[in-house]
Amino acid sequence: MIKVIIIDDEPLARSIVEEFLLEQKNFTIVAQCGDGFDGLKAVHVHKPDLIFLDIQMPKINGFEMLELLEHKPDVIFTTAFDDYAIKAFESSAIDYLLKPFNKERFRKAIEKWEKWQVNQQVFQQDFSELQQPVQRERVVVKQGSNIKIIPVGDILYLESADDFVKIHTAQGSFLKNKTMGYFEQTLDPAHFVRTHRSYIVQLAQITRIDPYEKDSFVAVLKNGTKIPVSRSGYPRLRASLGL
Amino acid sequence: MESPFAQKSFFLAFAASCVLCGSVVAYVVHSFGFSNKIAVQDAALSVVLWLLGAILIANTLRYYLPQQSRFIFLGGLIVTLTAIFIGVSSVIILKWLVRSYAYREFYMQSIPVRVAFSFLVFTSYGLVFAFWFTMHNQQLNEKRSTEALQLAKEAELNSLQEKLQPHFLFNSLNSINALVVVQPERARLMVQQLSDFLRGTLKRESNAYIPLEQELEYLTLYLEIEKVRFGHRLQTSVEIKGNAGQCMLPPFILLPVLENAIKFGLYDTLHDIHITLNARCEGSLLEVAVSNPFDSETAGQYKGTGFGLKSVKRRLHLLFDRSDLLITKTTENIFTTTVLIPQIT
Repeated sequence: MIKVIIIDDEPLARSIVEEFLLEQKNFTIVAQCGDGFDGLKAVHVHKPDLIFLDIQMPKINGFEMLELLEHKPDVIFTTAFDDYAIKAFESSAIDYLLKPFNKERFRKAIEKWEKWQVNQQVFQQDFSELQQPVQRERVVVKQGSNIKIIPVGDILYLESADDFVKIHTAQGSFLKNKTMGYFEQTLDPAHFVRTHRSYIVQLAQITRIDPYEKDSFVAVLKNGTKIPVSRSGYPRLRASLGL
Repeated sequence: MESPFAQKSFFLAFAASCVLCGSVVAYVVHSFGFSNKIAVQDAALSVVLWLLGAILIANTLRYYLPQQSRFIFLGGLIVTLTAIFIGVSSVIILKWLVRSYAYREFYMQSIPVRVAFSFLVFTSYGLVFAFWFTMHNQQLNEKRSTEALQLAKEAELNSLQEKLQPHFLFNSLNSINALVVVQPERARLMVQQLSDFLRGTLKRESNAYIPLEQELEYLTLYLEIEKVRFGHRLQTSVEIKGNAGQCMLPPFILLPVLENAIKFGLYDTLHDIHITLNARCEGSLLEVAVSNPFDSETAGQYKGTGFGLKSVKRRLHLLFDRSDLLITKTTENIFTTTVLIPQIT
């Protein structure tokens, strides 16, 4: 049997997926979840083959939930969003179903998934490039078994650390499995600037910029931390500060 | 309000007129055979006093221009200033400035002429300033009312776009889609509610005030639909005290507040949420408070006032020219938005 989990904060929205799924052979629903936290647990426990995932949900949205999963199951998004969001995940998900959808459309999504089971090369599934199209308002990180939601305003600076990015906040630092480039693209350039290959700083945290050796500078933060500013980062920093 | 002197051309014209009046005085005094020195002193003193008087008129009118009997007010001001002018100038000239007996004689005889001339000067300045400020006021009022009208239109449009936008409409339709099979009667009810709500959105006049009761019917439809979607988590209670139901308010002003509360409550917490709406009328003020639970730790993304609330605040400001009509308050885990609507009787 193919194990499926349905994650949506509206019970009726889950029930319609359930209804359509019952007409398919070989599928069994192992869990239904009303939010991303339950979703994470259920995916961890049941290791489903396929999940139906809503995007706007309490606390953490569907994208953020996926980000936190180490072993990502195949995903079919179910959402009422019909705008830009679609394009962003089109390439990453097996399919997306626009609410309200009918049986026909649902069946097609299932067929698409079945094809993908046979020949995975047809789709380039790569969740690491899954991006929220809008600028991030928060970053969700996992700390042990806890999930921490960091509003971007709380970020002091970001530092690259091997394959991870270290997010420094007043409450401590957190690791996130993303690239510096990813953060550079998704953080609001009005508030964040990449001063160095390995550093992104929140502008509001900078109190002054001091010269440091020849041709290079350091940005001094409110808490005294000194952030390297590279030769190419300096003009970017000046421009961001409106100098 | 802006001072007329801030306008460069106005200031130049004003200065020129002062110099002109001064020259007339100097010429007249000189023509009666007095020395240049006396003529210039007399003229300079007059100009300085007229200037002070004019500034006084301008500043008085700048902050206080009565709508009714403004000409009586202005006349009183001018007469007072003329009297002060004669009093002050005679003291200065007779007591300190000029010792010549002939000039004193001349001054006493010329007082009626001086009174008439000063009166004329102050009158012309007064009229010019009154005209200037009236025009200015009118322009401001016009700007404000067109902006208010435009904003109401925008709110209507936004409300249309927001209500007909994917989230609300398509999710509602999706719920109906699910209900059709399992609970056809409820599906039918929801179709009815959704239609009534949409009709309300489309038909509403954007500038006619309506009683709170009527607005509540519309808001109730919205709440009922949201409850079908989130019924397991969403509870609402509405309390209308006394005669608040008859109080008037501009349409579409409460819906964004309610929407914000529901969104905030639903997406910021995992638990059941209770939305309350309390309305009461105190004196000439309708007070509507909407509150929702939230998580103080992660509320970052909704902090302050969302876009919806900002536009409500702006609209209230334009309609009533007051910026204290939308109040948000957080106590522990409850976020309360209070809207105050002055009642025009």
